[in-house]
Amino acid sequence: MAKVALADWKEQYRDAKIECMSRDEMSALQSERLVKQVKNVYENVPFYKKKMDELGVLPGDIKGIEDIGKLPFTTKEDLRDHYPFGLLAVPQEKIARVQGTSGTTGKLTLAAYTQKDVDVWGECVARGLVMAGLTSADKIHVCYGYGLFTGGMGLDLGAKALGAMAIPMSAGNTKRQLMCMEDFGATAFGCTPSYAVYLAEAAAEAGIVDRLQLKASINGAEPWTDEMRRKIEDILNINTFDIYGLCEVTGPGVAVDCIHHKGLHVYEDYFYPEILNPADQSPCADGETGELVFTTLAKEGMPLLRYRTKDLTSIDHSVCECGRTLPRIQKFTGRTDDMKVIRGVNVFPTQVEAALLSMGGGVAPHYMLIVDRENNLDVLTVMVEVDEKYFSDEIRKLDDLKAKVGAVLKQALGVAVRVKLVEPKTIQRSEGKAKRVIDNREL
Amino acid sequence: MAKTIQQLSVFLENREGRLDEVLKVLAEKDVNIVALSLADTSDYGMLRMIVSDPEKGRTALKEEGITAMLTDVVALRVPHATGSLSKAMHQIVEGQVNVEYMYAFANGGDAAAVLKSDNPEKVIQILEESGFGVYSADEAYRANQ
Repeated sequence: MAKVALADWKEQYRDAKIECMSRDEMSALQSERLVKQVKNVYENVPFYKKKMDELGVLPGDIKGIEDIGKLPFTTKEDLRDHYPFGLLAVPQEKIARVQGTSGTTGKLTLAAYTQKDVDVWGECVARGLVMAGLTSADKIHVCYGYGLFTGGMGLDLGAKALGAMAIPMSAGNTKRQLMCMEDFGATAFGCTPSYAVYLAEAAAEAGIVDRLQLKASINGAEPWTDEMRRKIEDILNINTFDIYGLCEVTGPGVAVDCIHHKGLHVYEDYFYPEILNPADQSPCADGETGELVFTTLAKEGMPLLRYRTKDLTSIDHSVCECGRTLPRIQKFTGRTDDMKVIRGVNVFPTQVEAALLSMGGGVAPHYMLIVDRENNLDVLTVMVEVDEKYFSDEIRKLDDLKAKVGAVLKQALGVAVRVKLVEPKTIQRSEGKAKRVIDNREL
Repeated sequence: MAKTIQQLSVFLENREGRLDEVLKVLAEKDVNIVALSLADTSDYGMLRMIVSDPEKGRTALKEEGITAMLTDVVALRVPHATGSLSKAMHQIVEGQVNVEYMYAFANGGDAAAVLKSDNPEKVIQILEESGFGVYSADEAYRANQ
């Protein structure tokens, strides 16, 4: 088993009717579901009744998907304020499962699912797995964390819906991951892209790549670049697929990319995407970058209206080369809250990664950004790992490398950076979401 | 037989105790240090050593996740007489070979100047033609015994 070239790829669909539905039919389906959902939350979730009453919007005002702009927004803070079960639209007895976000600051955010919500989640992930060329005969090695984090369970539910074998490894212990991957003959694996790079490097180092039977990997939960994709694909000789999701909406499986890698197809029959201008929340046209906002059209447990993800992207409603009509969201250019303003310039960690990878060697694409303020001036320090192959005992050569990295980053970011070279493999590889920025400024 | 010897070069981040860690790994694996030079920059240090068993040292460090490499260098035999090093260096300059860095150690009979050059073979040729000797690997790795 190995990587399949685009020319030889045979597209398969799990639900061709939905995935290739005409825009009119999809709008009709979305309208029907939205009308029902709005009525449901108005009657069953006091938070939404209050919000809609404040805006002077009644369920009867929502006649179709085109009226979505009349509805109130939901924010992460709203979820925290109603933690844990304040936004349920069903009694707690109907809840079959809860999942939560990593919650790096303060309280975690909890999402609650009825059995039907769990089934829909699995179905959406399964659509993605089929899009990645997998069938019920495949063995899916899941090295996302299991637990409250949705990664592990999401892939597991997808494998279950597909009828494939799930190998519930959870995160960590790379040696053991590789041993099981080889012994069980996994044909696909799922984890964060940074961990996928780490696993691929470890497999190559252990000399076991040829003994693996992998053909695909499903990687998400953090932004990654085309260069990282190429690295994983080249080392392991597989196809890789990007999966997106967030626990508030359902978990991984909200959107997945196809072999053409021209954006992630959103399962808009369940999760209606809007792209809104971050400044005034007005709708963006296709191709314009804005904040991604989701409405869960059919969720029972904890339905959300216009949930603001803070992820920045653009959308494309044109029909994809794979035949799907599901709109595609582009790679995130960042998060509204990850973005750092350094000396007035907007800097996203992903730009640093892309710039490092574009150098084609010398340094590894692992980095840490440290923002300080010295004498009222922002100072951005980028810690990068020296690639073992390029390590030199001559300080002049290392200093040349450092200067080159500095120049490339300045060009990419539009702001001068201090480069600090660190030893290979010393920057933490993440098994969850990688922490890439430390901001020491007291603002 | 190649007359270059192998130097163990280690990239050291400027972190507390990092040098100590490296030296401890070598000590535990019974790798003896014959000569040592530590260059420092604002960010990192470069530790260069002549040791009893360079390959063993490199492997031991790698196992501990420390970045080390082996570099071919020339160990010039410098007689204990004023002006010896100056004379040798003059020959190298005349031969138009670039020296990247150098450090010296002295044990017993003669001193040794460890030279890193882009063209170590030529350095050896120049030195030998002008009457200087170089240490063989075996001699250099055991120069302190």
